[in-house]
Amino acid sequence: MRRKEIIAMLVAGGQGSRLGVLTADIAKPAVPFGGKYRLIDFPMSNCINSGIDTVGVLTQYQPLQLTQHIGIGIPWDLDKRNGGVTVLAPHIKGEQGEWYTGSANAVFQNIDFISQYNPAYVLILYTDHAYEMDYSKLLEFHKKNNSEVTIAALEVPIGEAGRYGIMNTDESDKIYEFEEKPPVPKNNLANMGIYIFNWPVLREALIADNKVHADSDFGKHVLPMLLEKGHRMFAYRFNSYWKDVGTIESYWSTNMDLVQTLPEFNLYDDFMKIYTNADHQPPLYTGSNADVRTSLVSEGCEILGRVHNSVLGPEVTVDENAEVYDSIIMRNTVIGGGAKLFKCIVDESCVIGKGVVIGEGENVPNIEKPKVYEAGITVVGKLSVIPDHVSIGKNCVIYGKTEFENYPDGRLASGGSIVHEMNVEEAEA
Amino acid sequence: MRAVGIILAGGNNENLGALTAVRATSAMPVGACYRALDFPLSNMSNSGIGKVAIITQYNSRSLHDHLSSAKWWDLGRKQGGLFVFSPYLSNDNSLWYKGTADSIHKNLAFLKRSKEPYVVIANGNCVYKMDYNEVLDYHERKDSEITLVYKKAECIEDAHLYGVLELDDDERCTDIDEKPLEPQSDLISLGIYVVSRTLLIKLLEAVNAEGRNDLVKDIFARYRKRLRIYGYKYDGYWRTLNNIRSYFECNMDFLKKDVRDLFTRQYPYIETKPKDEPPAKYNNGANVADCLVGSGAILNGYARHSVLSRKVYTGEYSSIRDSIVMEGCYIGNNCLVENAILDKEVILSDGRHVIGDKENPVIIAKGTVV
Repeated sequence: MRRKEIIAMLVAGGQGSRLGVLTADIAKPAVPFGGKYRLIDFPMSNCINSGIDTVGVLTQYQPLQLTQHIGIGIPWDLDKRNGGVTVLAPHIKGEQGEWYTGSANAVFQNIDFISQYNPAYVLILYTDHAYEMDYSKLLEFHKKNNSEVTIAALEVPIGEAGRYGIMNTDESDKIYEFEEKPPVPKNNLANMGIYIFNWPVLREALIADNKVHADSDFGKHVLPMLLEKGHRMFAYRFNSYWKDVGTIESYWSTNMDLVQTLPEFNLYDDFMKIYTNADHQPPLYTGSNADVRTSLVSEGCEILGRVHNSVLGPEVTVDENAEVYDSIIMRNTVIGGGAKLFKCIVDESCVIGKGVVIGEGENVPNIEKPKVYEAGITVVGKLSVIPDHVSIGKNCVIYGKTEFENYPDGRLASGGSIVHEMNVEEAEA
Repeated sequence: MRAVGIILAGGNNENLGALTAVRATSAMPVGACYRALDFPLSNMSNSGIGKVAIITQYNSRSLHDHLSSAKWWDLGRKQGGLFVFSPYLSNDNSLWYKGTADSIHKNLAFLKRSKEPYVVIANGNCVYKMDYNEVLDYHERKDSEITLVYKKAECIEDAHLYGVLELDDDERCTDIDEKPLEPQSDLISLGIYVVSRTLLIKLLEAVNAEGRNDLVKDIFARYRKRLRIYGYKYDGYWRTLNNIRSYFECNMDFLKKDVRDLFTRQYPYIETKPKDEPPAKYNNGANVADCLVGSGAILNGYARHSVLSRKVYTGEYSSIRDSIVMEGCYIGNNCLVENAILDKEVILSDGRHVIGDKENPVIIAKGTVV
């Protein structure tokens, strides 16, 4: 392998359990976002747009769709003879296999991959955020400050700083202290989970920390350890759009940010284009009686009804007289005629029956998982079927092929769940 | 693999006016995100033809741009793959292609170096979906030497734009006439031919020695009695982009569900060079109905019965009816566009009107600022 100045490692193994049924059978990085994209498209596109052409993707949880999506990296121009994208799954070493037990542990287990390229710098990225960033500016900052570890930092309002991992810095933005969710924040620079390490420093730290912690993690273990040892660590200020999409509510509201007339997060910029894998990209059609406004509509959609304030993935069908408000509808889903959807998330390849109403009623949290579904958003999992003319409340969860009998009096009150464990093969059929 | 493919994409067509002043007919944008060439090229790839030559000549820049990578059609291959042939200068030859037969003859090495038994030849400027395997099966079943795909013309007046066939009861070709003034039949050749590779090489060498250059006139017509030439009837969707009317109608056909479904929702799909635009964005003032919309479009105004291609922007209180708006056009506030074809990257300043009539849509040339 030829030497690379910098390579990126994407930590993409997490489940993202706070996204509930949306990550029931796919890894969080593969969750669709902004209509046609998946979360991993943002760091992957940022890499190639920043001139980083060697990317290792650390997968673990439900990797099938994620691995297929990445393929050999063609959509991101990451199909390269030297470098490009490599999917790195946990594997057997010697006698026994070992799962990735933490973010730093996952990178530790792939030291050989990084060493092949003998890079000067390693960029560590997560896949939980929607943002566009030129990492080459981060690298420039890292070099200029003769830094050993540079952490991208979001300037948050000081009142909200208590919700983040905060970095306390001196006037040159050199970090002297980490504070996780400080009750009385001293600074407003939040850790964005984007790190540049000098490779020798990272390598040594990974080896040392994995002797101490079985679940070695960057935020919890590696960064504090390096600071304690007196390494030069800097915070790089980032002032553009960056949102965490870790919960149902933040996932919904971040998607909704995109439909504003002048969205803060602008996907329509030719210089920082976001790339994704699409098997084909046909035009979309809005029918003679369609009424579409304040919405994003992806390729191949067929809109015959009304769509307001919503984000639609590719090849969604909204039939005559159907109404979709404040919702996210993912790839290949069909909304039947006359259905009314208010503030809901419908995952890929669902069939919503005729005259179905979703999202009306009292706003009570979900009974089984009140922490996950509490924002008034009803979520319909992948490949679900909802029979004609049923009514579903707020904060509900539907997953699987449901029949009219599953809905007493044709209703599912707010906070209710119908979850059918299903076999994917069965559902595809 | 049974066949190699040749797509004739070199033709120019003055009937398309300003639209082909800047591009080959095969590069004409169709259906908000395709180019005409995508249709035969995807058909080839979808029929399992893994080695395809595209022969270009006039205005080939846009074609070369479109074909900068073959991977979108699964033709980025070590075995076979995509070949693009343009005329070139050499010490003993500085001539352009003098005709369809000549353009293949000048690239005869492509055929000589192939091993596949058959050649499928198609035109680059037609919009259709076809499994060439069915034509190849028919060719073998009939023990045919040359098979010409034909269709019944919708109206006989159109026949003079095509090669016209006369067939006997067994579908064997008894006569063929290229663009006749008085067509004797309404069976029009669609420019799709299946012929065995070795026979084609022999025929091309023979007519070239006589200084003849045209596939239809100099080969098919002259050899119609000596060779077993059969017609294969096709009755699916078909458009040849040979004048403004057919170009306009072809685009408007995509507003019909059956046509749209055929190309965009029924596997195998028509592939094109991806532009990775974000989803189309409908803003608060958007009132868009019965329209085909490409990705990356930002819509603020009114539109009816139109094709709005990728990256089109429409301003507030703008109105578009019965028009084709190509990629990257900017339509300002309060503009009115009716019965028009706006070529790529046209800019309409606020309040401009562009109005054509139904029979004769007005054409605004690429990059014009109005």
